[in-house]
This record gives sequence, C-alpha cells and structure tokens, in this order.
Amino acid sequence: MSERTANRTFDIVTTVLVAVAVLLCLAPFIHILSISFSSNRAITSGEVTLFPVEFNLQAYGKVFADMSMIRSLGFTVLLTVITTVLSMLMTIIAAYPLTKKNLKGRKTMMFIIVVTMFFSGGIIPEYILVRDLHLLNNMWSLILPGLISPFYLIILISFFNGIPESLGEAAEIDGTSQFGTLIRIVLPLSLPVLATLSLFYGVGRWNGFQDTLMYIQNPDLFPLQLKLYQMIQNNMVSELTRLEGASGARITPEGLKAASVIFATVPILLVYPWLQRYFVSGVMVGAVKG
Amino acid sequence: MKGNVYFRRYWQLYALLVLPLAYFIVFKYGPMWGVQIAFKDFNFFQGITGSEWIGFDAFREVFRMDDFYRTLRNTIVLNLLDLLVSFPAPLILAILLYEMKVVWFKKLSQTILYIPHFISWVIIGGIVYQVFGTQSGMINNVLTTLGFQAIPFLTDKNDWVLTYLLTGVWQSAGWGTILYLAALTGINRELFEAAEVDGAGRLKRIWYITIPGMKTTIATLLIINLGNMITIGFDRPYVIGNVAVRDYSDVLSTFVYRIGMESGQYTLATVVGLFQAVVGLIFVLGANYASKKLTDESIM
Repeated sequence: MSERTANRTFDIVTTVLVAVAVLLCLAPFIHILSISFSSNRAITSGEVTLFPVEFNLQAYGKVFADMSMIRSLGFTVLLTVITTVLSMLMTIIAAYPLTKKNLKGRKTMMFIIVVTMFFSGGIIPEYILVRDLHLLNNMWSLILPGLISPFYLIILISFFNGIPESLGEAAEIDGTSQFGTLIRIVLPLSLPVLATLSLFYGVGRWNGFQDTLMYIQNPDLFPLQLKLYQMIQNNMVSELTRLEGASGARITPEGLKAASVIFATVPILLVYPWLQRYFVSGVMVGAVKG
Repeated sequence: MKGNVYFRRYWQLYALLVLPLAYFIVFKYGPMWGVQIAFKDFNFFQGITGSEWIGFDAFREVFRMDDFYRTLRNTIVLNLLDLLVSFPAPLILAILLYEMKVVWFKKLSQTILYIPHFISWVIIGGIVYQVFGTQSGMINNVLTTLGFQAIPFLTDKNDWVLTYLLTGVWQSAGWGTILYLAALTGINRELFEAAEVDGAGRLKRIWYITIPGMKTTIATLLIINLGNMITIGFDRPYVIGNVAVRDYSDVLSTFVYRIGMESGQYTLATVVGLFQAVVGLIFVLGANYASKKLTDESIM
C-alpha cells in the first residue's frame, strides 16, 4: 500500500468513525422525535425506531391544548430570563472590582469567594435557609440561592484581567469614572465571554431540577423539568408494575411524553447555535487558569 | 487624608462589591453556619439556635446505618466505573476530530456532539425510558425483532449500571473534547511535518505527537476526576434510578435528599451532607496537591 492510499484510508476511517459517533449522538433524539409523531398503536406495538409510523400530530395537539403545560413553559422562560440577567449583572459587578490589583481587601474577598467553591453547607441547611427566608413556593427560591457561580465569576475575572490595563487608565485620565470604564470599555471588549456565561447560567436554570423538587410544591409554579419528571416517573411506575403483573399506575401515553420532551428541548436548541461560536473560546478562558 | 483620596478614587468599586458580597454571605455562608444542626436535635419550631445540642450522637447513628455504607459504596463504585468508561471517550473523539480534514463536517460534528451536554437529566431520563425500556424501548424492540432476549436495562441492577454508564458517555463525550482540542491547537504544526519527513505514518504521528500534546490536560482532568470521587450529582442517579435498582442507584446525594426532604430527618441528613463535604474537600485538596506535584499545573 503506497503512502498516499494509506493516507486516504486513514482519512476515510476517521471520517466514518466520527460519523458513527454523530449518529449515535443523534439517534435517541431522532427516535423520540419519531415517537412524538407516531400513532399510539404503532408506538405500543414497537414499530417505531428511527422514522415516524402512521404520522400524526395528536400528541402535540394535546401538549398545546394543555394550558398548564403552556403556563409552565412561560414560567420557565420568565424564570430563565430573570435568572440570566440578574446573575450576569451580579457576576459583572463582582468581577470588575476584583481585577484591580491595588484594591484594598481584594485578597480577603477573593478568599471568601473561592472557599465556597470547595465547601458548602449542603442541601439541608440550604433548604432551612430558604424556608426561614419565607421563599418556599416562591419563584425567588429558584433564583437567589444560585445567583452567582463562583466558578463563572473566576472565569470572568481572568477574562477581564486579559484586557490591557492601559485602556482603563487612559479613560480615567480623560475623567471617566470607574463605572464608566466598566460600561464603555471593559464590557464591549468582553462580549464572547459574556455570551458564554449567559448561556451557561441560562441553560443551568432551564435544566435545573433538584431545587425545583425541594422548594416548589405549588403546581402553578412547576417549571418544565419538574412537570416532565412527574410524567416520566409515571412511566417508570408502569414499567415496574408491568414487571410485577400489577396495575393501577396512571400511564402517560408514550407519544405525549415524547412530545413533551421535544417541547422542553426545542427552546435550548434554538438559542444554542447562536451562542456556540462564543463558548468554545469562553471555555478556554476558564481552562487556562482559575 | 491619604485614605480619603484612596476612597474618593475607589468608592465606586466598593459600591459595586456590596451586593455580591452580601449574596455570598447570606446564601453561601448562611448554610455553612446552618451546618451546626448536624450537632443539634433540630426541629423547625425551635429553629437552628433554639434546638438542643446533642454533640456527636447523630454521627454515631449515621455510622451505624447500613444505608449510609451502601450509598457511600455506590457513590464510589459508580464514579470509578464512570471514570473508566467516560474518561477515554472524549480523548478518542478529540483525536478523531483533530485528524479530520473535511472542515465543514468537522464543524458540524462538533456542533452536534456538544448538544447532549446542554440537555437536562430529566429530559435524558425521558429519552432513556424510550430507548432502554424493556417492553417498548428502541433497543429491545430491535433485539426482539432479531430474535434475541430483551435486556431489562432499567429493572435489573447490573443492567441498570450499564444504562447509567452509557447515558454518561452519551451526555459528556462530545463536550469533553473541547479541552483536548484546545490543548491540541497549541501543538506546533512543524512537528507533524518533521515526523512526516522522517517517514512516520498517521498512527505513529498520533502516538508520538498528538497524544503527548494532550498529556498535561489528560493528567489534570484525571486528577480532578479522582478528586471528585465522593461528590456525585443528584439529578442523574435520581432520575435514571428507580425503586427496583435502589441497591445500586442510591448514592450519597439521593440518600441525603431522601432522609432529609422525604423523611424529615434533618439532623441525620445534614450529618451525611457534612461528611460528604468534608471528605470531598480532603479529596479535592489532595488532588490539587497531586496535580501541582505531577503536572506543575494546579486546578486552583
């Protein structure tokens, strides 16, 4: 085999392997999409694998007719937007002062922040705190406790540190306030990392589950993840009862469940491509140095 | 006067810091102060300060619980198996992606492979039931059509571990390539050209140039993973686990949730949480120390 053919073979093999990985990555999504578009009969008889069988939109019809589902989506969007905006604001106003090397007390403040990355009180003291603040069954219980991620804060600090200090100093000589420097010079230069962190905060809130399980009992305030979990849990019960030959579990039809999963996934998939080009560089900033 | 000038110049920076620091003190240090309920006979009516001190009684009780050792074992075993299966996957994927010459396909593949990282465990749980279900799951449908026995992925303990591991690979492999690819962009292209001149084939070049180029990243990530042996997320085992496989799926985080939030044994749950936090801290600091020694690169 000449070197040229060896090279070609190698290229083909790598491409095929990556293609297989991509297909394995997509297959579950395609399957669930097909389920959501198939008839109940075809789903229960196990005919659906990668293509819809007896195509129909019944499941989506039901999802969109279910007002509690729409309300839950609306609430989750609102929650995600508020969380992202507030988290970014807080992270920015914390990061900027901490980049000033001559700020008195900077080291102490950094220490106070970094400690929280390694040690936490745990979920029970957190629950008791949220309860004592009367935030149970309140949207703010899902926003306030995780407002600033110390990890993202440190990513932002190291990004700000990469911006030449002379730029800020020049502005200061021209009479710009610290606040003005932050808004007019630092932030415009930080758009990629700001977009990345917004995506991470947003996705984190959108996907967050444990806190919703702990803090929210009122069905009117169920975010999508909690609603979905209950549907899936019903299905698990059915799987177990079938095994034991018992019955009685309320089973959510597979199609409806699949449609709900798609319903909760699409919003993320819509924002993701817009932000993807940023986050690769954003992640690298974080990887360089904590 | 000097201090005055300093503050006139910098007061805005301190003003900016007020709210973030208040956040850390209330929501991060508040729960740390609350950890004292591990040493108290806590009840809600008397509150944290009003409850009576009981010293290490709750610790003694926890260390007598079989469930505690079972969940500790499950946490470590699941993490170790996960490391074994999920660690090499992004490494191999990154090498393949790095070797790909068709730029548009490479970019498209990366975009798609990152997606599972952004999907919640609740949704993955929903997908898992449709894919791995015994009666109507995709894999078992294919298996039974081909004349094989169905595999009880969700209800048999050992098969469940397989399901747990496979979903982990699926969720994290693509995203994990980012750091390796970042490390690879730092490799001097001339090394490859020189190797080619010396007659090294593609596999040799991978072995002698690409993999050494990722060495530090591999070591650092491995150490971080080892440092997190006792830490385990809640969502993944909680959503994918179920009553039938609880012997294997119950881990420290779900145990704390169960005895604390479901049974209301706040003191015991806090003890387990504190145990996990302290041992986890020791592991992480140890890992950081090892990282400094071995790779000259500390995690923090």
